[in-house]
Amino acid sequence: MEGCSSRKEEVCHQLLDLIPKNREWLVSRGEERSHGSSEEKKLELRLGPPGEDWSLKATSKSNRERDESLLSLGYFSSMTSVNISNNINGNQTHKCSSSDNPVGSSLNSPWASSGYQGKIQHTQQQAKAPSFLQFPSTPQNLPVIAKEASQTCCTKVVDLQNAEKKAFSPPSANTAVPNSSQKRTAPTPVVGWPPIRSFRKNLASSSSSKPTTESQNVVPNKIPGDKPDETCRKGMFVKINMDGVPIGRKVDLKAYDSYEKLSSAVDELFRGLLAAQRDSTTVGGFQKQQEEEKVIKGLMNGSGEYTLVYEDNEGDRMLVGDVPWHMFVSTVKRLRVLKSSELSALTLSSTKQDKMPLDSPILK
Amino acid sequence: MLKMANSFPEEVLEHVFSFIQSDKDRNSISMVCKSWYEIERWCRRRIFVGNCYAVSPRMVIRRFPEVRSIELKGKPHFADFKLVPEGWGGYVYPWIVAMAVAYPWLEEIRLKRMVVTDESLELIAKSFKNFKVLVLSSCEGFSTDGLAAIAANCRNLRELDLWESEVDDLSGHWLSHFPDTYTSLVSLNISCLGSEVSFSALERLVGRCPNLRSLRLNPAVPLERLANLLRQAPQLVELGTGTCLAELKPDVFSNLAGAFSGCKELKSLSGFWEVVPAYLPAVYSICPGLTSLNLSYASIQSPDLIKLVSQCQNLQRLWVLDYIEDVGLDALAASCKDLRELRVFPSDPFGLEPNVALTEQGLVSVSEGCPKLHSVLYFCRQMSNAALLTIARNQPNFTCFRLCIIEPRTPDYLTLQPLDVGFGAIVEHCKDLQRLSVSGLLTDRVFEYIGTYGKKLEMLSLAFAGDGDLGLHHVLSGCENLRKLEIRDCPFGDKALLDNAAKLETMRSLWMSSCSVSYGACKLLGQKMPRLNVEVIDERGPPDSRPESCPVEKLYIYRSIAGPRIDMPGFVWMMDEDSALRLS
Repeated sequence: MEGCSSRKEEVCHQLLDLIPKNREWLVSRGEERSHGSSEEKKLELRLGPPGEDWSLKATSKSNRERDESLLSLGYFSSMTSVNISNNINGNQTHKCSSSDNPVGSSLNSPWASSGYQGKIQHTQQQAKAPSFLQFPSTPQNLPVIAKEASQTCCTKVVDLQNAEKKAFSPPSANTAVPNSSQKRTAPTPVVGWPPIRSFRKNLASSSSSKPTTESQNVVPNKIPGDKPDETCRKGMFVKINMDGVPIGRKVDLKAYDSYEKLSSAVDELFRGLLAAQRDSTTVGGFQKQQEEEKVIKGLMNGSGEYTLVYEDNEGDRMLVGDVPWHMFVSTVKRLRVLKSSELSALTLSSTKQDKMPLDSPILK
Repeated sequence: MLKMANSFPEEVLEHVFSFIQSDKDRNSISMVCKSWYEIERWCRRRIFVGNCYAVSPRMVIRRFPEVRSIELKGKPHFADFKLVPEGWGGYVYPWIVAMAVAYPWLEEIRLKRMVVTDESLELIAKSFKNFKVLVLSSCEGFSTDGLAAIAANCRNLRELDLWESEVDDLSGHWLSHFPDTYTSLVSLNISCLGSEVSFSALERLVGRCPNLRSLRLNPAVPLERLANLLRQAPQLVELGTGTCLAELKPDVFSNLAGAFSGCKELKSLSGFWEVVPAYLPAVYSICPGLTSLNLSYASIQSPDLIKLVSQCQNLQRLWVLDYIEDVGLDALAASCKDLRELRVFPSDPFGLEPNVALTEQGLVSVSEGCPKLHSVLYFCRQMSNAALLTIARNQPNFTCFRLCIIEPRTPDYLTLQPLDVGFGAIVEHCKDLQRLSVSGLLTDRVFEYIGTYGKKLEMLSLAFAGDGDLGLHHVLSGCENLRKLEIRDCPFGDKALLDNAAKLETMRSLWMSSCSVSYGACKLLGQKMPRLNVEVIDERGPPDSRPESCPVEKLYIYRSIAGPRIDMPGFVWMMDEDSALRLS
């Protein structure tokens, strides 16, 4: 069903015939596209794509750059194009909001004085509408962008749009700026990136048990039952967070065979952190440390300050201890240690809440 | 010559044609003359449809009345990464319905990225009397009930492969639907299933199928069961283990090691979910015979991987997590001289900081040490132009080079330059490159290289790259063999697309999401190119509720001789002539 190679040459001809203005990409200076068929011309006119900027770009770069060998680093070309696009945006910012964007205006000036001003103006007008509205099409970028754009003050949409350009234009323009701040900011996950299949994602999240930097730093005290050997046995790792403790952990459910052991593991996992947390935020840490043991111990019968809940594979939040251990292990997706006082506010199934004291006699 | 050929009786030509397997060659034959076209179409037994919407079942059946084996592909590749919205399409049911009538002797169905309902599976089970092969790769929409129907009715089934499919896992009892008289199984892959299978049914099945060569189990099969299964099937060539999590017990270990050493034919190993490294030596005895090793589900750390890999001196394919690290890849390069394919997956793809010591250096080592390497998929966090240059020089044999630098737009970490020159070197040196994925900081320049040198490139994946239309223009006007182009988050717009509209008819498909192509351009394209299906996929609502110049969310363009498809969900708009007229 695939096309045959024998058609290829034919196709190439066809390409050239159909799209005569193709040359515009390669040949320089805003050639009048008089050789285009009238239909093609109409096509472009009606569409009004940002066509002219190409002739502009070609003009400015073709003479110098096209002669360079293909593998040489033609930064000039990328710079040119970036400048143009920034310029467009800068101007656009100017028009859409009254505030001055520093990037936009600074890039704007050299172009404004250049001989191509007329064309740029033209381009702007064309580019204005599409790029203004372009914002919703790149929602994945927004979280990062928003950070970048936080200082500027024009209309939000324009701002974002502009920042987006900023976010990836400068490095490509041969500025040897690593843009490390941008790299460090947590990249909010982009849908479908990195490109790994969903089942692999699950795999990765449930098995990142590598005893390297991450786990060493984050888990100073060994989980009981987890063998302290270098190679680290594989288990079933589930994320666990605790109210008031900013650092999340992972516990290996395969390392325990009962709620009791899990409970003491959770206690051990967070006792120190919680204490540290209180030390840093409140006074009288020592006193609290005493309390704590008692507090964390009531995890599953609702008697303590904290209660252990989990999110099951259907996304429901349940009390730990409600179902037989093996059923719990096969459905749990993540764990959370909640303040018991906030528990009632949660959407836990009431029947389960009623059952709770009965079903969790494991702990005193 | 042609006259002489025409004087052959049809039977002779048919016989001659039967030796020609490649689809391309068969296509060429059918274009020689009318009589060859006729003869060829009657004797074509095997067809491949790269896009189920490019042709209708009716057209296929009309041209090829005697098909025995069909391979169909559905959704775009980016569906693997959830970029194609749920419910987009790719339903196999209409095909099965049509084939059930037309091809009662159909033997093989291979599907990729299609929606397969239980109804479809039941229809397969009862329609094709001599059904032998069912391969469902990355498919979805069916449950173990549908599999039970296949098991119960397809007496001659040789292969059942559910590779990475999403199966609604209702019960593990479907395996027991294979009748007791059923003995023809050659290959079974159930590695994607979540729930426990019926072990007794599995053991009986394995025991009574003397031709079983490939068995890939799911994680629910515990280590304790493995030895028993292996003893029943010492003829296995390919094995995917279940979960290998168990406390190390000497008797379990020696039992397993004994069972493995009995499998003299084993060439391929996979599985090892949650493997306890102490059990790995149980497979050492068969390592010298292994050509394929998939440890990409096993979080085995570098030291254990090194021990394992160094035993596998005839390894041709290795899939592994990045736990292998640079030192492990050094060891691989030193001991596996026959390596052809390497895939290194990330163990922590969403972490901000590297969790393993895996860099570009590992890939450089393998490219130096493994002269036969031709296919690579490599996830890492840093790369340099110098490394890519070295890799390209070391390994001009690449046919597939997919490099994913996890953080988008990462520059060369040494020079902070774009990676244009590095990828340029890859396309320039690797003349046979067919598949390429690029990542990192890239400007339009890299596309100039790709367009100039990527003469054999058939599939290209782009993300977060380029400066503007020129990049796309280079690719579309340059890569003469390009079949599939997938692009996300690149600033490519109308002009490059419209100027190269004719190119699209020579390709199977183009995917663009979060790019700068306007709705107006899509409309125009659909109107001017009637042989292209131009699908605008927009979950924000009807695109004509926005200005024409507004960029579309997602765009999928493919050639089709079947016309617009009729099963579009509400978020897909087909830009055909009618809609263009209607909307303009």
